Amino acid sequence: MKEAEKLLTINDLTVEFTSDREIIQAVNHVSLEIYKGETLGLVGETGAGKTTIAKSILRILPKPQGRTKSGSIIFDGADLLSISEHEMRKIRGNKISMIFQDPMSALNPVVSVGKQISEAIMLHQKLSKKETKELAIKMLEMVGIPGARYDEYPHQFSGGMKQRVIIAMALACRPELLLADEPTTALDVTIQAQVLEMMAKLKEELKTSMLLITHDLGIVAETCDKVAVIYAGEIIEYAGVEEIFDNPVHPYTLGLFGSLPSADGDKEKRLKPINGMMPNPARLPGGCKFAERCPHASEECRSNEIELADTGEGHLVRCMKCSLVKEAR
Amino acid sequence: MINYIVKRLLLMIPVLLGVSLLVFTIMYFTPGDPAIIILGPSATQESIAQTKQELGLDKPFGERYLEYIGNAFLRFDLGKSFFTGRSVSDEVLIRLPYTLKLAGLAILCSLIIGIPAGATAAMNQNTWKDNATMFGALFFLSMPAFWFALVLVMIFSINLKLLPVVGIETWTGYILPVISMSVGGAAGIARQTRSSMLEVIRQDYVTTARAKGQKERLVVIGHILRNGLIPIVVVAGNSMGTMMGGALIAETIFSIPGMGSYMVNAISKRDYPVVQGGVLVIAVCFSLIMLLVDIVLAFVDPRIRAQFSSKKKKGSAAKWKAAA
Amino acid sequence: MESSGVIAAEAKKESNISIVWRRLRKNKLAVAGLIIISLLILIAIFAPLIAPYDYAEQDLTNTFAPPSREHLLGTDDLGRDELSRLIYGTRQSLQIGVFSVAIATVLGTTLGVFAGFYGGKVDILLMRFLDIYQSVPGLLLSIALATSLGPGLNNAIIAIGVSTMSVYARIIRASLLKVRSMEYIEAARAINATDFRIVMKYALPNAIAPLLISITMNIGNSILAASMLSFIGLGAQPPVAEWGAMLTAGKDFIRIHGSLITYPGIAMVISVLSFNLLGDGLRDALDPRLKN
Repeated sequence: MKEAEKLLTINDLTVEFTSDREIIQAVNHVSLEIYKGETLGLVGETGAGKTTIAKSILRILPKPQGRTKSGSIIFDGADLLSISEHEMRKIRGNKISMIFQDPMSALNPVVSVGKQISEAIMLHQKLSKKETKELAIKMLEMVGIPGARYDEYPHQFSGGMKQRVIIAMALACRPELLLADEPTTALDVTIQAQVLEMMAKLKEELKTSMLLITHDLGIVAETCDKVAVIYAGEIIEYAGVEEIFDNPVHPYTLGLFGSLPSADGDKEKRLKPINGMMPNPARLPGGCKFAERCPHASEECRSNEIELADTGEGHLVRCMKCSLVKEAR
Repeated sequence: MINYIVKRLLLMIPVLLGVSLLVFTIMYFTPGDPAIIILGPSATQESIAQTKQELGLDKPFGERYLEYIGNAFLRFDLGKSFFTGRSVSDEVLIRLPYTLKLAGLAILCSLIIGIPAGATAAMNQNTWKDNATMFGALFFLSMPAFWFALVLVMIFSINLKLLPVVGIETWTGYILPVISMSVGGAAGIARQTRSSMLEVIRQDYVTTARAKGQKERLVVIGHILRNGLIPIVVVAGNSMGTMMGGALIAETIFSIPGMGSYMVNAISKRDYPVVQGGVLVIAVCFSLIMLLVDIVLAFVDPRIRAQFSSKKKKGSAAKWKAAA
Repeated sequence: MESSGVIAAEAKKESNISIVWRRLRKNKLAVAGLIIISLLILIAIFAPLIAPYDYAEQDLTNTFAPPSREHLLGTDDLGRDELSRLIYGTRQSLQIGVFSVAIATVLGTTLGVFAGFYGGKVDILLMRFLDIYQSVPGLLLSIALATSLGPGLNNAIIAIGVSTMSVYARIIRASLLKVRSMEYIEAARAINATDFRIVMKYALPNAIAPLLISITMNIGNSILAASMLSFIGLGAQPPVAEWGAMLTAGKDFIRIHGSLITYPGIAMVISVLSFNLLGDGLRDALDPRLKN
């Protein structure tokens, strides 16, 4: 294993949402770690709880519906869930910053992009107005936008350009941890590659760690060091990126790889969708959450709570039928 | 920006012509012969004919309209009162400032009360604060403004003897009329502020601002209110129209020598040139205010500015008006 | 999304109404509004049975009487029973609200259908007209129209209806424009449906929710507008027992007998508030997206 330092440790995080008197269990007992300089991929379907985990780290869950029910998030030796709001504000946008999924709506339409970047700088760095603006322009140029566009407004930028602005804003204070929530999903494929490449370069330069949320396994393979697969608010498989691609164990992970279209044209290997849908997070079943959709599920899967177990070399899986699945593969 | 203002001013010309045609047409088709109204029922056929000729009432509709708007827009001559014979324009110039002052104070008051009230309600959505504010707003919207004015007079002037019943000789005279006029406006603005803030609160860029580490208060002011302001400004502009209508009523109750008392008096006597001129002048003021609203909007929202540089004619004011 | 929504709405009209009703029932204030409105309607219908006296019955020996067993709310300047006049006033207020809004809806819908369905020049022309129309403040337009029509309750109703129709025209037009651009209109045209049928079947149902909300909210506003017209002498004329006119008459006696303006005012606030509460509730029930 790496000798690197731990930057972020999430222990047993549980997040609930209340809506119309229903309680939605968005995140259930999630534990994960991010080391300095490392990129952890968080993979799963829409609604699996990926974004909720990221928002819990920054404590920006929608209020009053969302709240962290239990667990701890240790960053730089402090539990982010118990420090004061004032302390938390010093971390947000400074040591930890976030890139949002939809660049179209993540920028304030009535404030110039330059000012929005400057806002982040001004909040955390003691710089004069002039220096702030200079740094903001430098950040714009770093993501490939001419500094002259400082005074322009979001509606004057294309989607890819907006995402660059958001990245510039997120990196302006050289954060130690970057939470990237599907940073390229809303972009055209060609732009996606550009943005990813740029992010990788900047991350290298700034030595930033990253939590990359995505459902695109291609991106995971390219950028991540480790991967956590999330299903219905739980981590169901957690391993190094090569290990998980070479050796997927959980039936859901297998299903995810199966639902990747392959260009080989081999009829046998064509797109295999996972049958069924994710369970309603307001009424999660007991036992394995994936049992309903799992070809290997049996009665004991449904009746027992299943622990995340090490199958060797730090490859964690939440499944009772590991050996069976391996054989079937 | 100057281009934009000039463009908007030019666009106002057809609207004002349209308004004058509308008002003129309504008044033209009013039954009853103005000559008889002036001279009384015992007038002779001859004197009626003579009066008609003097007033130009024997000419056809088109000619009379062209003459009227020619006089109104080119020479600011709105004709003469049937009864006093005084120039309507002169009278309007003396009285309009009172009405504008009242309406302006009232709208200011409405904004000062309405925006914080609506913002508080939105930030405390579905709590008792929200429910109480919104019920209060609806209550005040359900009240005839003139009745509220009368109740205020009854309490503060007659029973408590704190404020003058009528007149505006001292500043205290403004208190009751302005309060009675602004409650409705404040209620409307509070409702609009709440709903547009709730709309904005859900937006991703608000989360972005929080994720930057911005203070909650500054998130509300700098990001939420700033975006929510756009529909609020439109509603405020629209309520300026309501305010001027309300001023007509408040002026009669508090005997303020503005447009309202002038026009209400004219209505009861069927003094059409006065009614017509008054409506036209207020409509012009209202159009100017809506222009002002559009200019403010262009300042607040760069997207609107952009619209006008790309030759689009309709401001978002019209859009919001349609939605309201 | 939109088109499937409309089609689904067509298919399950019954269940939609019950969904709206269920949501509305949860809103206590809206239910209270609905109950009060029902009571007002009953009072209006049975006014002659409920009212202890006739609204015009004068007793000049007993003017400005304080509340007593004979006259629960006292009498006015002409010795008429205040309570009876309030009861009869319900008729006028409901009439004003319903008829002026009906006029506005019919006029507005017609204009909106023309503008939205035919589009092009017709649309531009009508919309310009509405722009001009709306640049005259509403109350002022009602005043101008009512002056022109002459004093009287019916004329006030017409004036208010005509001056508020533009809201409905815009709602209908917007909904038509939305529907017009949809593929199922092409499909309907392809099977030779007439323009009229298309409007009735697709565009109007689409506009019903916003229309219903506007109608409910405007009933209250129209009652208020009519009372203002009464106040400046253009609305109901004596001896009609209309709340606005009663207020106006009462204001001359504000120093000696304040209750003459208190009671009609309260009656008006209660009824207008009820319509507004119902309108708000309907809005939330029909479009829950707006609520949160």
